[in-house]
Amino acid sequence: MPDFQIKTPPDTYDVIIVGSGAGGGMAAYVLAKAGAKVCLLEAGQHYDPADPKYITQMKWPWQSPRRGASTRYRPFGDFDAAYGGWDIEGEPYTTVPGTTFRWFRSRMLGGRTNHWGRISLRFGPDDFRRHSIDGLGVDWPIGYEDVAPFYDKVDKLIGVFGSKENLPNDPDSIFLAPPKPRLHELLLKKTNKRLGITTIPSRLSILTEPINDERGVCFYCSQCNRACIAYADFSSSSCLCKPASKTGNLDTLYFAMAREVLTDAKTGLCTGVSYVDTQTLEEKTVRGKIVVLAASACESARLLLNSKSPRFPEGLANSSGVIGKYLHDSTGASRSAIVPMLFDRKRYNEDGVGGLHVYSPWWLDNKKLDFPRGYHIEYWGGMGMPAYGFGWGIEKQNGMFPDRNGNKREAGGYGAALKDDYRRFYGAYIGMAGRGEAVPREDNYCEIDPEKVDKFGIPVLRFHYKWSDYERLQAKHMHQTFERIISELGAIPLSDTPGPDQDYGLNAPGEIIHEVGTVRMGKDPKSSALNGWQQAHDVKNLFVVDGAPFPSQGDKNCTWTILALSMRASEYIVQERKAGNL
Amino acid sequence: MKRRDLLKNAGLTTLGLAGLSPQIKAAEWLDPAVDLAASGAEKGGKDFEQFGRTEYEKQRDAKLFKEVFFNKHEMKTIAVLVDIIIPKDERSGSATDAGVPDFIEFMAKDKPELQTPLRGGLTWLDTQASRRFGRQFIECTAAQRIEIVEDIAYPERKKNGMSQGIAFFSLMRNLTASGFWSSKIGIEDIGYQGNVANVWNGVPEEVKRQYGVEEE
Repeated sequence: MPDFQIKTPPDTYDVIIVGSGAGGGMAAYVLAKAGAKVCLLEAGQHYDPADPKYITQMKWPWQSPRRGASTRYRPFGDFDAAYGGWDIEGEPYTTVPGTTFRWFRSRMLGGRTNHWGRISLRFGPDDFRRHSIDGLGVDWPIGYEDVAPFYDKVDKLIGVFGSKENLPNDPDSIFLAPPKPRLHELLLKKTNKRLGITTIPSRLSILTEPINDERGVCFYCSQCNRACIAYADFSSSSCLCKPASKTGNLDTLYFAMAREVLTDAKTGLCTGVSYVDTQTLEEKTVRGKIVVLAASACESARLLLNSKSPRFPEGLANSSGVIGKYLHDSTGASRSAIVPMLFDRKRYNEDGVGGLHVYSPWWLDNKKLDFPRGYHIEYWGGMGMPAYGFGWGIEKQNGMFPDRNGNKREAGGYGAALKDDYRRFYGAYIGMAGRGEAVPREDNYCEIDPEKVDKFGIPVLRFHYKWSDYERLQAKHMHQTFERIISELGAIPLSDTPGPDQDYGLNAPGEIIHEVGTVRMGKDPKSSALNGWQQAHDVKNLFVVDGAPFPSQGDKNCTWTILALSMRASEYIVQERKAGNL
Repeated sequence: MKRRDLLKNAGLTTLGLAGLSPQIKAAEWLDPAVDLAASGAEKGGKDFEQFGRTEYEKQRDAKLFKEVFFNKHEMKTIAVLVDIIIPKDERSGSATDAGVPDFIEFMAKDKPELQTPLRGGLTWLDTQASRRFGRQFIECTAAQRIEIVEDIAYPERKKNGMSQGIAFFSLMRNLTASGFWSSKIGIEDIGYQGNVANVWNGVPEEVKRQYGVEEE
């Protein structure tokens, strides 16, 4: 008898995964390959960077009427491969007055991995035991040696280039050949050597050599943020979700915004996920034996906090009360400069790979500094493709330099002389960005806003986040370093030193988009929500595999560790199922 | 770069990969893409749809194209101004040759926060022209226009009563530069040589010598 009211498919999946980014894609890949019947819920739409209807790669700026300028819908520019942003219509979040958090979300298969920087750094041994070193935060329940075999497997499965350096807290991966530095990067290497700032080939998940038949190799267009038509860079959509689908074991549900994890009142175990179809606003349910959350650190916390029941009155798996707390993003501060020695430079194609060819891993000892945690430096520069914003602010620059005949110029201007200034300055800019480790704090958190819901009727997050002096003094040090580099290079900074009134130039929390910590793992169920396998202490068939389980961020980017940990947790799920424990 | 070159440079002709390889698909796709670029869609209002828009973005852009913000007089004034800022010279055409007025019209609709500074600035300019010469800016002689522009083109010159004009001219300068250098004409002039499939082999030897840098 047909019954149109039935929204629940008859199938019970072995595993339901919420979210298709780095963590969810890896879980889908490992579990579907292992033969599990998997349902993947994605809040956004399908995306495949090789499908012409999605392609922005290799487009010229004039193909965009706004010449690549950002919009509310593409905050990183009109060609960027992230659908969503800081401010999504109908999906608000709030902040407690006097605090700030900016939350970037991508609503598409692969999530934020479609446009990310591909900076693929392993955490080092010290990153798992910061409390033991400086007494702040907590140690992880696992150590580098637990994750190392999975880093190895991720390296081989996905591919990362870099150079063997044997640094103590920046472990080498199994590297593909790194691209040679560009001119500004050679200059930075030379400068930084004099200054004692370690500067080595970057470590990006971009294929400089073929690794399998399913992915091509880099053709050096520098546009990884637009996602790659040859699948030569890592994104979860093309490198994990797509092959997972090919097993026939994976069903992906698009436009499926998870609302609540369902549990059995008697056993307290997960039984499925209820979600809203964002196109019809219908409430639907999918049943599964195991639930894996990978909706992003804040979205997974939100989902658990919204999954309240008489048995779990404070939200699912939250008997510790830690869910939402210890939210922390990487710190960020940046500076740019103009390099007179590069005026009128010879033109050639130096696009290279998407992003930096060299970087500086943390090179100092915090015991000798007035802040507890380190940072790395990313660099940019070169003769890039002009787009919206090109030459912006030249009226603050061209007055600083005499013309080719040595005559003093007036800032600003117009006409042929101005036109020539743009040519002269092209490719003569560099920039550097510090990305550091923040100290996780209980009072930096997200919680359910008591009043607001989104357009799907789901209660939204309210953030409470403030930087402390640990981060401010780190940012102050970043700018001191930037100024040393800029000065040594004979360059001129394009902005003044930010002072204490500007938090020493710290980006607002959330802006670096490395937020972690909201469903942290630990040995003690009183102070953590997950065990060392990222399995909920309170609910054994519930796992979290995005950035939420991180007890602390390293001075690295988090994606490579999310991938390794998701692979580790997923293999654990397979073992436990085989052993009859799940 | 053509398909065969991409494949050759990527070392794939010797690898004997199957016909469904992403590299080959990418290479096949790139040829028409380059042709499309060469066809030039830079002159505003058409051929913008083929760059990976979401459905919502397509609708929004179509709506913006239908709207008109600047009136004819304003558009004429913009055209005169942008060519004063970036004129034709021996290397390349002018800002209007590169379609900059249409670009500025689109940006005013796309970023509504630009509307008041631009419209107000254009009116400020006409008020100046009218006070000094008794006519609108575009009706002035070339010498009269330049007399006004000289007063607002140099932010560090302190001129009484000109600061709002200076701010407007800086905005126009920046928008003009954005629109001109991101056009086909501008990109050819500036000498950007990328956005093609290639293999990066490092900084050319003569450039390394020029700057005294070495790879290790």
